[in-house]
Amino acid sequence: MRYRIVNKQQLNPTVYRIAVEAPLVAAKAKAGQFVILRVHEDGERIPLTVAGTDLNKGTVDVIYQVVGATTAKLSALEPGDHLADFVGPLGEPTHIDGVKRALVVGGGVGCAIALPVARALKDNGAKVDSVIGFRTKELVILQEEFAAISDRLAVMTDDGSYGDHGNVTMPVKAWLEGGAQYDCVYAIGPLIMMKYTVLTVKPFGVPVVVSMNPIMVDGTGMCGGCRLTLNVDGKRVTKFACVDGPDFDGYQVDFDEAMARGATFVLQERHAKDACNLFAK
Amino acid sequence: MIAPRNAMPTQDPQERARNFDEVALGYTAEIAKAEATRCLNCKNRPCVEGCPVHIHIPEFIAKCKEEDWEGAYGIIAESSSLPAICGRVCPQESQCESKCTLGVKFEPVAIGRLERFVADTHNSLGVLPAKPRSNGHKVAVVGSGPSGLTAAGDLAKKGYQVTVFEALHKAGGVLAYGIPEFRLPKSVLEREVQSLKALGVDFETNVVIGKTLTIDELFENGFEAVFVGSGAGLPIFMNIPGEGLKGVYSANEFLTRVNLMKAYKEDSDTPVDKGGKVVVVGGGNVAMDAARVALRLGGDVTIVYRRSLAEMPARKEEIEHAEEEGIKFEMLTNPIEVLGFRNPDDPKDPRNGRVSGVRCIRMRLGAPDERGRRRPVEIEGSAFEMQADTVIMALGTSPNPLIKKTTPAICYNNRGGIVVDEEGLTSMKGVYAGGDAVTGASTVISAMGAGKTAAMAIDEFLSNK
Repeated sequence: MRYRIVNKQQLNPTVYRIAVEAPLVAAKAKAGQFVILRVHEDGERIPLTVAGTDLNKGTVDVIYQVVGATTAKLSALEPGDHLADFVGPLGEPTHIDGVKRALVVGGGVGCAIALPVARALKDNGAKVDSVIGFRTKELVILQEEFAAISDRLAVMTDDGSYGDHGNVTMPVKAWLEGGAQYDCVYAIGPLIMMKYTVLTVKPFGVPVVVSMNPIMVDGTGMCGGCRLTLNVDGKRVTKFACVDGPDFDGYQVDFDEAMARGATFVLQERHAKDACNLFAK
Repeated sequence: MIAPRNAMPTQDPQERARNFDEVALGYTAEIAKAEATRCLNCKNRPCVEGCPVHIHIPEFIAKCKEEDWEGAYGIIAESSSLPAICGRVCPQESQCESKCTLGVKFEPVAIGRLERFVADTHNSLGVLPAKPRSNGHKVAVVGSGPSGLTAAGDLAKKGYQVTVFEALHKAGGVLAYGIPEFRLPKSVLEREVQSLKALGVDFETNVVIGKTLTIDELFENGFEAVFVGSGAGLPIFMNIPGEGLKGVYSANEFLTRVNLMKAYKEDSDTPVDKGGKVVVVGGGNVAMDAARVALRLGGDVTIVYRRSLAEMPARKEEIEHAEEEGIKFEMLTNPIEVLGFRNPDDPKDPRNGRVSGVRCIRMRLGAPDERGRRRPVEIEGSAFEMQADTVIMALGTSPNPLIKKTTPAICYNNRGGIVVDEEGLTSMKGVYAGGDAVTGASTVISAMGAGKTAAMAIDEFLSNK
């Protein structure tokens, strides 16, 4: 039997981290890449971003939020149980070469993807500032991990119940206005958060990389369900997040279309948001 | 006096439009024998030339006349690894049957239907092939579609230790995710995969070559030759406004959700849009498959195609089946925009951003293009709107790019296809390729032919090593 769950940890009321035995995937996975898993035979294929790897144990960590049928079934599994399928690493790794000063912005469970990116930047010798934002206190995850690798860290909550009151764009704007210099900003979280981070950073002329994780079936370029539109020099270009991404130039992404597509199956309640659970902040 | 060609018994169109069971029911032994006796057993055997894998057709039909079905199967199996599949999905009317001598004056012998009957009869016996003696050589096959399965079968029969790597969770490639249950029951595919396993072929699902492992790593892991049959998976879109709206699918996505992920079952975890007005764009077999699946899910389906019926690349039988089942055709028509719903009073209305229709323009046929097909030209001022709840783009696919990114030693043409010589050898030593990964979207049988050719070349390469 393959794909045994060897560890499970609850990070907040609906977010879990599991480590899955998949040595081939563990050997290759880099920050920014994702896997596709099925919980059981006849189950749905869902994409989840790699949150970390342990080369010695041959395990891959994924962090997920319970938002629909498939993630609910996943959360019912315990260490020792097996997943039906686990394939990867898919997508292109996040580009970190040449970045000496980075600002990493994570929103909600998107922080699970932002953390390995921040860590990879740090390991590559970059100076990293981080902003992480959540709806409320009980949803805060990975604060210690971010603190350990960040030169400067802001924790935001929408309702002010923890950290600073407000959304992630506030410290982003304040730091840039205060003269902070960055080679690149990495924004990872709900589409609306990434859209406004891009708008906030734009006047300062700093590149923004965003991580798109839309609806997918195969993850190898076959279904086209993950397509998004980029505006490149005034021309509309169709890209597939699974093979061309998941990272894209934030200034080129058509966020409004992506937000509409993310809700494709919202009318089929049972499946609502399941395929794009990383954005259910 | 030549008897008329025996019709294929089929499910009633009204009935089958509401189920996913196989449309063509297959010959009975009685009909098969009667059809076999129509064969003239002519000397020049043109049908064999028309078959991409050169099945000894008159010989197997002769066995059918004697009701020696196992004898007939043995003759087919010498040339074809997947007869139960080919008997169902090959375009015989443009291959073996198009060359049949009888077809000059009368209707050709129903070779495909006989092949299917023989293969199904054999499979019903439940006999699996014996595992041949190993010759100690390891060969990797990338992709478990028709070319990969054929190459794997041919090599395994020669004693090679073959491992097939498949990116998805299930073997079969397009046979599993693309061709619907009512045209190729998954039990038929499953049976062929079981036969290959009995021959000693290993299947490694959930391994994406180019990602999980590279071609170079396959050689490092002891494989001495590699066959790449990674297919043409990447769907093509029209790049018209509105293609990003909710309810617009590639045919690949729509068919994968239904065929591979079983979204047609009530208890499936995988969602898909069902019912409503469905517009399918395209005129190939994939367009017919998508349309007929949408119909079975309760849709009111219209196929929109920019040329006329005569230019449609789909098999005639598939077009006829689609028409019988109640699918409508809008010929000489091309979409120019997908229209979306927007509730001006409620920006949170979940229907916002969903497809509401398609704006199309009428076409006429102009001068022939470089391939000899008359080029469709827009008729000015003829734009009109069609209602739609779902739009499925079936415009073709291009080869999968994943291996290209990690294996620079393999050369590609400008359409993304792998460049190979007549034996299937790529520009990288020991790496062979075939099927849609080389040609772009084509047929199951031509992919099988390429798998066969490459298997012979790999055998020669490793025997002389």
